[in-house]
Amino acid sequence: MGDNIVTESFSETHRAAATPIVIVGHVDHGKSSLIGRLLYDTDSLQDGKLAQIVESSRKRGLAVEWSFLLDSLQIERDQGVTVDSTRIPFRLGSRDFVIVDAPGHRQFLRNMITGAADAEAAVLVVDAKEGAQEQTRRHAMLLRLIGIRHVIVLLNKSDLLEFDEAKIVRVESDVRQLLGRLEIEVEAVVPASARDGDNIASRSERALWYKGPTLVEALANVPPPASRAALPFRMPVQDVYRFDGVRYVAGRIERGTVRAGDRLAIGAQGQVATVVEVCRWHAPELPVAGAGESIALRLEPDLVPDRGDLLFPADDKAAAPERSARIRTRLFWLRGEPLRVGESFTLRLATAEHDVTVASIDAVVDLEDLTLREGDSVPPDGFAEITLAASHAVLFDPFSPGFGDGRGVLVDRYQRIVGGAPLIGPAELADGEHAIHPTASRVPAARQVQTRGHRSGVFWLTGLPGSGKSTVARAAELALSEQAINATVLDGDTLRAGLCSDLGFSPEDRHENIRRAAHVAKILAESGQVVIVALVSPLEADRTQARQIVGGNFHEVFVDTPLETCEKRDPKGLYAAARSGKIPEFTGVSAPYEAPVSPELRLAADRPEQEAINTLTAFILRLVQP
Amino acid sequence: MTQTPILSRDQATTTSLAQPRIMDDLDQLEAQSIFILREAYRKLKPLSLLWSLGKDSNVMVWLARKAFMGHVPFPVMHVDTEKKFPEMYAFRDEYTKKWNLDLLLGYCPPVEEIDPSLPPAARSAARKTAGLAAMIDKHRFRGVIAGIRRDEQATRAKERVFSPRGAGHRWDVRNQPPEFWDQYATPYEDGMHIRVHPLLSWREIDIWRYIEREGIPLVDLYFAKDGKRYRSLGDQDITNPVESTASTVAEVIAELETSRTSERAGRAMDHESEDVFERLRVAGYL
Repeated sequence: MGDNIVTESFSETHRAAATPIVIVGHVDHGKSSLIGRLLYDTDSLQDGKLAQIVESSRKRGLAVEWSFLLDSLQIERDQGVTVDSTRIPFRLGSRDFVIVDAPGHRQFLRNMITGAADAEAAVLVVDAKEGAQEQTRRHAMLLRLIGIRHVIVLLNKSDLLEFDEAKIVRVESDVRQLLGRLEIEVEAVVPASARDGDNIASRSERALWYKGPTLVEALANVPPPASRAALPFRMPVQDVYRFDGVRYVAGRIERGTVRAGDRLAIGAQGQVATVVEVCRWHAPELPVAGAGESIALRLEPDLVPDRGDLLFPADDKAAAPERSARIRTRLFWLRGEPLRVGESFTLRLATAEHDVTVASIDAVVDLEDLTLREGDSVPPDGFAEITLAASHAVLFDPFSPGFGDGRGVLVDRYQRIVGGAPLIGPAELADGEHAIHPTASRVPAARQVQTRGHRSGVFWLTGLPGSGKSTVARAAELALSEQAINATVLDGDTLRAGLCSDLGFSPEDRHENIRRAAHVAKILAESGQVVIVALVSPLEADRTQARQIVGGNFHEVFVDTPLETCEKRDPKGLYAAARSGKIPEFTGVSAPYEAPVSPELRLAADRPEQEAINTLTAFILRLVQP
Repeated sequence: MTQTPILSRDQATTTSLAQPRIMDDLDQLEAQSIFILREAYRKLKPLSLLWSLGKDSNVMVWLARKAFMGHVPFPVMHVDTEKKFPEMYAFRDEYTKKWNLDLLLGYCPPVEEIDPSLPPAARSAARKTAGLAAMIDKHRFRGVIAGIRRDEQATRAKERVFSPRGAGHRWDVRNQPPEFWDQYATPYEDGMHIRVHPLLSWREIDIWRYIEREGIPLVDLYFAKDGKRYRSLGDQDITNPVESTASTVAEVIAELETSRTSERAGRAMDHESEDVFERLRVAGYL
């Protein structure tokens, strides 16, 4: 009864928020043209804008290009691609929409996510003649991972198939199959022509066989967002303030409702407090708040939660979030370099931040057929399923399309967002597997540079025995110290005297020696140190592995001294011993040396040694000085 | 704590039911802006808010008071071209006191010092960019809150909520960070700052409806006198009034419901050449 009164009083004054619709699809399948046509047909253009399009098209000697409306940045018009997403409001009847145009160009995936992530529905534009392409699959995959619940497929350019029923039904079935594999429910598949306006706002005269909705009808049918009010309460603490002697616990309610008098558990510690007051400034006073509201709470006892602590009902076990230090996630990877096992990040989950390490890459998505394959790395713009290990239990609710739950985001040490990680659930530890929880430094890279006065880096010197690696490395270390730069030298013999004294010279042991050196170099570099490694490291594969372990900070230096020179120098008498058979598997004599194909620096032997030292020092200085 | 009188809104009738209000579009925009302002306050220090004295930045100051229980816990900055309307200066002085604001004043260099290749009105507008840059450098601000909206202008439609500005305050439009699920990147290097845009998703009409709902004060220039009013306020010499009879907030809303011209139609610089706005913005203009 009471509920009815509320509903009625709202029907006159309530205006729903605009429904965001994202338009995605392969490059040149006609996204921007579709939007221009949609705005024109629904009479949503401002007077000035139509004139601008006509003028811009005329200047370029073209017929009216609907896409010019969106591609309004100069650079976009010059290159003919949309580089970033744009939002344009439009109205159908009494309902407001916001169209998000997402670029189809592959390297601009992150812009597409930026546009698409809060959309309620998506229009996937597919060229009827070309069918689903690489970016069609990629975008469809993303729609699933970012949690878009409603997908409408527009078979654009259907005029190229003369709107022929048999041909269109075949394309439709292919696309439906593709989306079915991603468990995406398709609301409608609309044969259309954005350029001519068929089945956009008005029914096409050329496809009388088609009985489904026009695009505009399909959009109007998109249901409003699902209510989050009935779910158990969640509010991640955003900040804690003290104003006028009162402590406020501020945050936005993710779901559920909170009332004065409610007992709430606080974060993983689970301390319990009672809500004394739901506070707002300059708003109707209400002892209750619901999902989506940004509010502040006064608690009793007057505890000081940390930012990121999740507030949830204290007395209902069934309403508690999941709790686990190992979490299975899906992943869309946005960094320019591949992701590998063992890398550490900050996992942001609403306002919480957790140190996590990639414990395993469980499957990688093959974008050719959208199947899951085994893999040990995730390529840039790739998709995967991975397991994250945190140093302590994380409270979370599993990801669910259309809700705010479990929206994990990976951030690197430079505070850059490198991936999205919708959380699926707690990960079981395999039998016999010992859980390790590596931690990552919390020192921001920028501060490290500030305190040290220079950047870090790993300079990996490879070359034959006796080529002069250690001599050059030690001299460069000294020269750098005169410039107030801290460098550490890791050279082969020094390592073998201690850390690697259990290793011999078999290919396996050499491999292990290099692996250990690379990990030590990595740890040092992450603490801000400049590291010079002097190791024969004869095999390309081992050096590649070292590069992967160290990451982006790795610089290969080839100490290119010919065998004859090394053998003539023979400072440790090793060549002589090897030639007489006393040392088996000696690099250059009885074991191979694979010279680097494209080192970042080559120190030539035909120059005086001092020149090599100067060259290396200058090279390092250039890369580490801020 | 000083409490401002509670609004009398029809939603208040739901109090006795102890059910949360159903959020309308303005409630949602408000909640999102408050969230953004609280993120900025937590993540970016020192922080300041650009107060141009226009309707959008007044709404922004109001939202900051919503976010921080009636307080604005960081300075507001007015970068003065010294060519504003006298009504604007009077408004500034009045509300600095009434709203208890920590006001920072910055001044702009003379137009002779600005890139002569820009068209005349844009060159005049670029003074503000130079003045702003000087203020940011002087106070070493890491975060600057600005009241731009996507619907104002096409290049602003491309903006992020947290928009990093590199050395020299430049906006790298081709290389913007991903931004989704309300997670904002806060990269930091020397000489860099982040522009925070809490009103990015608001439309002009939303601003006016919110002003009406909340009773936010405005400079009178927005209301019609002798058949003309200002829809957007810039410097006196490069802003023109539009034809209008709207003399109250309600009349302005009614007018906008049917208007089909763009808000910045009265801004001379927007019409000088096709790419002028983008050039200004890349260099740090709002």
